[in-house]
Amino acid sequence: MGTERKTVNVLFYGIGGQGVLTAAEVCALAAMLDGYHVKKSEVKGMAQRGGSVESYVRFGSRVYSPLPLPGESDVIVCLHEEEYARMKDQLKPQGVDLFPYLAEAAEAVGDKKLFLNTYMLGVLSSFLDIKESSWLEALARKFKKEREQNRMFFLKGRAKRTGHDI
Amino acid sequence: MPNEQEEVFLSGNEAVAWGAWAAGISFASAYPGTPSTEILETLGTFKDLEAQWAVNEKVAYEAAFGASLAGRRALTACKHVGLNVAMDPLMTTAYSGVNGGLVVVVADDPGMHSSQNEQDTRRVAPYAKVPLLEPSSPSEAYSFIQQAFDISEEFDVPVMLRLTTRISHTKESFRTSSNREPARRELRKDPRKYVMIPAHARPRHTDLEKRLSALRALSERTSLNRMELNDRKIGFITSGVSALYAKEVYPDASFLTLGMTFPFPVDLARAFAREVETLYVIEELEPFLEEKLRQESISVTGKKPSWVCGELSPAAVRDIVEGRDRPPSAGRARRPLLCPGCPHRPAFYSLKKSGVYVTGDIGCYTLGALEPLAALHTQTCMGASIPFFEGAGKMQDGQKVVAVIGDSTFIHTGVSGLISAAYNGAKGVVIIMDNSITAMTGGQQNPATGVTLQGKETKRLSLEKLCAAAGADQVDVIDPFDIDGFRRLLELRLGQDSLSVIITRSPCKMIDRSRGPAAAIDPEKCRKCRQCLLLDCPAIIEGDDGGISVNSSLCVGCGLCRKVCKFGAISPAGGE
Ligand code: SF4
Ligand code: SF4
Repeated sequence: MGTERKTVNVLFYGIGGQGVLTAAEVCALAAMLDGYHVKKSEVKGMAQRGGSVESYVRFGSRVYSPLPLPGESDVIVCLHEEEYARMKDQLKPQGVDLFPYLAEAAEAVGDKKLFLNTYMLGVLSSFLDIKESSWLEALARKFKKEREQNRMFFLKGRAKRTGHDI
Repeated sequence: MPNEQEEVFLSGNEAVAWGAWAAGISFASAYPGTPSTEILETLGTFKDLEAQWAVNEKVAYEAAFGASLAGRRALTACKHVGLNVAMDPLMTTAYSGVNGGLVVVVADDPGMHSSQNEQDTRRVAPYAKVPLLEPSSPSEAYSFIQQAFDISEEFDVPVMLRLTTRISHTKESFRTSSNREPARRELRKDPRKYVMIPAHARPRHTDLEKRLSALRALSERTSLNRMELNDRKIGFITSGVSALYAKEVYPDASFLTLGMTFPFPVDLARAFAREVETLYVIEELEPFLEEKLRQESISVTGKKPSWVCGELSPAAVRDIVEGRDRPPSAGRARRPLLCPGCPHRPAFYSLKKSGVYVTGDIGCYTLGALEPLAALHTQTCMGASIPFFEGAGKMQDGQKVVAVIGDSTFIHTGVSGLISAAYNGAKGVVIIMDNSITAMTGGQQNPATGVTLQGKETKRLSLEKLCAAAGADQVDVIDPFDIDGFRRLLELRLGQDSLSVIITRSPCKMIDRSRGPAAAIDPEKCRKCRQCLLLDCPAIIEGDDGGISVNSSLCVGCGLCRKVCKFGAISPAGGE
């Protein structure tokens, strides 16, 4: 891996059925394909339809804990406005909050709600030090169906870039 | 299939399965239980080994032991409470020892994400006198399971590998090694070793003590236990995922990370203690390591008693080191619900109406205990409902007692309770809520579904015939959505002086995904009596103004709410 790369924490959250865990999985895979050591944490409890869902993805040269310290997330990706308040305290003071992009993401995907997560991944990707080719490969591995659409909405989100690197 | 040095991204459970495969196992057996379920599900995808669902953990353990007798490497996996069911064979096979390597993977659930208690299974290892390995991450789970098989064969003993939810369900990227040929030894006839009559067992116990002292020597030198000396001011002795939490918060400290915690490496711990100024023990749940250290007069700083309950985290480790108590939990209350269209809902609705006392069991249907259904009055462990029903039913004064159990749980340990109840002359009604799958753990097959873990069609168990053979006087099968029919049948059977089984049969909504037209509530006709809200269907919502409506994207159109509305306010969307 060569040079030491600091650990980046991304928190994905929303409600069941929105593809929160899938988004986390794609991000984790992209980081892995980019040569990072990656950990992703989720807990499967009792069946919770429409319940709150969250997943932490951590990547760097060497990641220890699957969970970050509270208030240490570099980016938070919230996929549902009603859930936003619940975990926004997890963001670092200088961290990046993708919530402002949620409304335009919803508009961009229209009623094709299943692409909300890929659009937001696109936005996220523009802030992280992970090559575009790694993202596209991760998307292709994770989505067997509707590959082209996922790729398109991802790239749309990615083009939205405003802000700084993590 | 993995090839040499492939980079993978696996959960702890998947890593155990891949590691076991790489260690050349031939046989695996388990009963599903969160958080351990995916171990067998993943093993089931390897077509060059036999992976199977057993009816319960004792049977799973015994089948795996049988494969070991035949000289093959075998694995059994369970959750912590599942190991309680398998304790009987575990305790004695520790004496007899194994032939092919035998590993018992146990997944504990600190924090009780989906369990009825949070017992610390590490305490079982010294009790059963079997070695205990504790990986702290998926990549360690992958390599530790392979070493577990080697230790099992070298020391002739079953080995316990203990995970926790946070390891089982965390994913990590890492590189795999290449796999081995399946291990093979001869099936051995050796009654002195495998027939544990007292005359044979006595020398085996002495022998086990010898094997344990050899294992203790292994624990002192094995690379499973790792000493890392950095800043000598603070040293941590730790194991499992707690080790990673500590490392996250105190990356510059010194660590003794124990991957093999029984037999405990006393000399190693003493040597580490000499190197550091202040020594902390960080571990989840019981003070298992701490007690051992104190017993050896190694002075350490442990945790306050409040930390014995619940899961740890990096923040928790910092609190422990700084001497604080566990803060009161924030209690994120989003309670789990039965799915829309779940066949347990009408059955519970009817039971509630009949006012009986209901002994319950373990499964999705345990959710029937929550308000507003509140139709289930006990839940303790797998298979307890029918014996509870028998004892309570015989000793009650005037209150009718009914047992409720799911199909998979009935097969697990319910049937022995029914046989016993019939034999001892119990009367009353046992209800088997047959949703034709093991639903709670995500929809696994079981003997009543007629399909194996690896997807083969197989003999299908008839619950009706089984109950009749066990001694039930009548066995009825009814669709729980026929709520009037079910109520009448229940009243009839409750009034008879006999032992009846009523099987309410309707498939789980996770397997039968069919949908009818969504329900709609006519605000003109609705009197806001709230009767439909008693169903606790996630699709029926009460607005802030008290108005009742249906979320048509959640509703599956089961029609139940229509049956309970006395004012005819509910119709399938689009009208009839
Ligand atoms: S049961 Fe019928 S009348 Fe009563 S609140 Fe529900 S829809 Fe309205
Ligand atoms: S028909 Fe009624 S009870 Fe059935 S899922 Fe729809 S709202 Fe729920």
